[in-house]
Amino acid sequence: MEYLIAATIGLLTAAGIYLLLRLRSFPVIVGLSLLSYAVNVFIFAAGRLAINSPPIISSAAAGYTDPLPQALVLTAIVISFGMTAVILIMALGAYLGSGDDRINLQGPEGADIAPAATADRGA
Amino acid sequence: MIAVLPFLGAVFAAVMIRAGRNASALAAGATTLTALLLLAIAAPTVLNGGVDRLQVDWLPQLGLNVTLMLDGLGLLFAGLILGIGLLIITYARFYLAARDPMGQFFAYLLLFQGAMLGIVLSDNILLLLIFWELTSLSSFLLIGYWKHLPEGRQGARMALAITGAGGLAMIGGMLILGNIVGSYDLSVILQNRDLIQASPYYLPALILILLGCFTKSAQFPFHFWLPHAMAAPTPVSAYLHSATMVKAGIFLMARMWPVLSGTEAWFLIVTTAGLITMLIGAKVALFKDDLKALLAYSTVSHLGLITMLLGIGTKAAATVAVFHIINHATFKAALFMTAGIVDHEAHTRDIRRLGGLRRLMPVTFVIALITSLSMAGLPPFNGFLSKELMLEQTAITPYFGSVWLLGLLATLGAVLSVAYSFRLLVHVFGGPVRDDYPHMPHDPGPGLWLSPALLACLVVVIGVVPMTSAAWIVDAAASAVTGGVVNAKITHWHGIEAPALWMSVIAVGGGLMLLGLYPRLAALWAAAPRPEGKRMFDALVRAAAALARFVTDRLHDGSLPRAVTFAVLTIVGLAVLAFSGATHGPGLRAPTPVPGVVLAGFVLIVAAIVIVVARHRQRFVSLIFVGVIGLMISAGFAWMSAPDLALTQLTVEVVTVLLMLLALNFLPAVTPQESSLPRKLRDGVIALVAGIGAAVLTATIMLRDAAYPVISAFHLAQSKPGAGGTNAVNTIIVDFRGYDTYGEIIVLGIAALIIFALVEALLSDNGVIARLAAGRAASARAGDRHPMMLVVTTRLLLPVAIMVGVFIFLRGHNLPGGGFVAGLVVAIAFLMQYLASGFAWTTRQQRVDYHAVIGAGVMIAGLSGIGAWAFGLPFLTSGFEYVNIWPLEEFELATAAIFDLGVFLTVLGAVLLALASFSRLSVRAGTRVNTQAFDIDPSENRAL
Repeated sequence: MEYLIAATIGLLTAAGIYLLLRLRSFPVIVGLSLLSYAVNVFIFAAGRLAINSPPIISSAAAGYTDPLPQALVLTAIVISFGMTAVILIMALGAYLGSGDDRINLQGPEGADIAPAATADRGA
Repeated sequence: MIAVLPFLGAVFAAVMIRAGRNASALAAGATTLTALLLLAIAAPTVLNGGVDRLQVDWLPQLGLNVTLMLDGLGLLFAGLILGIGLLIITYARFYLAARDPMGQFFAYLLLFQGAMLGIVLSDNILLLLIFWELTSLSSFLLIGYWKHLPEGRQGARMALAITGAGGLAMIGGMLILGNIVGSYDLSVILQNRDLIQASPYYLPALILILLGCFTKSAQFPFHFWLPHAMAAPTPVSAYLHSATMVKAGIFLMARMWPVLSGTEAWFLIVTTAGLITMLIGAKVALFKDDLKALLAYSTVSHLGLITMLLGIGTKAAATVAVFHIINHATFKAALFMTAGIVDHEAHTRDIRRLGGLRRLMPVTFVIALITSLSMAGLPPFNGFLSKELMLEQTAITPYFGSVWLLGLLATLGAVLSVAYSFRLLVHVFGGPVRDDYPHMPHDPGPGLWLSPALLACLVVVIGVVPMTSAAWIVDAAASAVTGGVVNAKITHWHGIEAPALWMSVIAVGGGLMLLGLYPRLAALWAAAPRPEGKRMFDALVRAAAALARFVTDRLHDGSLPRAVTFAVLTIVGLAVLAFSGATHGPGLRAPTPVPGVVLAGFVLIVAAIVIVVARHRQRFVSLIFVGVIGLMISAGFAWMSAPDLALTQLTVEVVTVLLMLLALNFLPAVTPQESSLPRKLRDGVIALVAGIGAAVLTATIMLRDAAYPVISAFHLAQSKPGAGGTNAVNTIIVDFRGYDTYGEIIVLGIAALIIFALVEALLSDNGVIARLAAGRAASARAGDRHPMMLVVTTRLLLPVAIMVGVFIFLRGHNLPGGGFVAGLVVAIAFLMQYLASGFAWTTRQQRVDYHAVIGAGVMIAGLSGIGAWAFGLPFLTSGFEYVNIWPLEEFELATAAIFDLGVFLTVLGAVLLALASFSRLSVRAGTRVNTQAFDIDPSENRAL
């Protein structure tokens, strides 16, 4: 089962990064969500696998799984919701503000800015 | 206490400005005076050879304690800082114009004063470093005080860059020093001279520390920042750049003198730097036309002189250095204030436009006469005494194998010094009265001349009766510097054979001769090419900025995929490097068997991921399958003994998908085909490499046991007895790691507020609103927007859902659940109302503001933590009690539950505020808004 979890995390990471590399904002946000799934499950997996031993203290329990990664992931899940929401509204604002949901900085003709043209940006 | 006072005073002065300028100045002055009195009370002990010490443990593990000590050297400097500070505050009150923000000025000044006191009083070098950086920062604020002047801003920046860079070097040096000795306490370090000088790290430590001292005290080749810092208001120049800050480097050299000096390296570096600085400073000072620039370079020159004396490394030379610190502080501060008066009255400080002021400003002239003669080193003023002693020291010190070389160069410095002192006197105050001053000068009120006059009196008193007026403090300070008992003998007459006498005579004669030749020399000077420190500095800064821009532009050119690619490849590369470079045990854990149902789940999630990627351009489809992935993950959590996580993931999934649906409402429904096939392949390879890395890493970790015993054994053992709950995950969240959670709910609240603010900003933009309206018109809508069945069901579900939320909340401490999940469940119940009956109707029913809910949540959580203080316990310590209330079973009441309530409210408020903000966009987009619960009025059975 460990291999299945590892494969899931690997697949989620790969899918997340592939979508992160797209050029429009919505796929990037979806990619980020997939990546946060991967990270959350990874942190959880660091507590190793235990079946039927939830960290609920009772005299009948034979053993407990590691509760600490669970506590960390629990808050991480909620925080990643907050992060997704903020990025969504930023993407929305960018789209509504410019009429375009491209991710890259745009030149005057709508084409992606070539690296050479950005040299004077800070000046 | 003395060191803390100015910091309190800074706040006090900043607040008191509301009560007027006098009140602010008074507040600043009163704190300084109090500190000075406290110092006077402590003085007798120190003068008798004692040391006042105060220790408060701060981070003892790091060797960082707040240890303050007051010895002779500290007493001298603290006295200078506070005494001159008091005079400067008086002077500044009358110097600053009505439009200058005076409260700010005094706040900065006291901040600086506190930092300086911290330097001279700290007994821990780490603490000293903190104060050291603080002086750099506060002097930055003071130099740039006149924000409207570009020179002020540039000068401030340059001073900060140079002293800051020196400070960094010094941190390195001090850490090395602390490492050699094994303690960061100055008093311990000072006793380990042999250990330090024998260490192979002595030279690097010495060079790094000297870099810090030289930059701070404007020693060659870092001297050029000081004249540019003269763009500051004159009180600042007088305080920072004559008496205090620039002496911090000198102070540190004196402080470290017992352990660092006496070696060949120390002698060569320090003496040479001091000597060069003295000569260059004096030479440039002679040719400066700006009164303050002349004084600035003469300060550079005198600092060089003191540095040189410290460099010589004998006790006698160090004693002279201490004596000259006092003398220089008195006459130079007074001279700066005089220059400020001239500037204030004549509206110029260009020497070429001045002259004849002795008749127009007699009081100012007398002060300037006394102090500049002292600067020139003429009897009977105090500058004469220390200059004689200095010349005597140089005459007996061999330098590069020759006994007379150092003496000769020192005499040359003295010649120049006489020349510029007389130039100041003759060209500003001498000569006929002119009629073309920018403003007709006359003596100012006593508010301005009182402070320099007092200093001028000191100059005379020390000059006439040095043994009674200054020898005691020189003895105390010099004893502290050298670590032995010093009894200085300061006399006016050293005998006709004394070489110093003849050197002085040469100096005065040569100086006057130079002044006579001045017009011709000035022409030569103007024609000669000379390196300009500021130009070199600017070029350096520009080059650094260009390099930074080059690197940034290569890595980040405005393209996100490019930046992400670099980041991913770097992370993978570093991970591979770390993984292959380290050792790890074999995988001993037996893999857990895979039941059929898990395999089915795995197939489902893989399929969902593949569909999300393959169909990512159909945004709606991909979003639905993101939901599937989330559901499978929560099922996985439930399977793998994490019921809390399963609950949270499930509820978060619902709100996330809802939110993304709302956003998708405004965004284009499909992503256009843009990437070429090679690009897709390239991205695919990058993604696969990262994915394989993550998978291998996970499998490796999961098949091995933890290398160290896990800390959660403690949490499991203490969950029930320590936190009163059986759900270890919940007790960790609300109790053991409550501080983390507290931070996290604040982050969540801030995220919701950001969304609200961004929507506000978007809605105030007309272009956005027009685009919103256009987008809405294009899309087709379902006819029945608020179906009755949905409305009725959600209404019925609301109380049930809230009850479930309360239930989950209450049992959270012992069984899966808790504030996070409960907040999400209740939020979903409310969201259903929005879904069913629309934004407008739901908002009308809403009685409590979501902002208030978030605020209340954070506050309740915070208060439950603060509550522990009442019992003398640290923040967020929880307590619990078992209670019996009939007819309920026995249950326990924990303060952690109050904290969890805060979590619950924050999560609820944040989720609702985020989603409601998104909905506001659609309302403004011009959608028909319903104020009724249904589109159809059931009583009349027809469409409204």
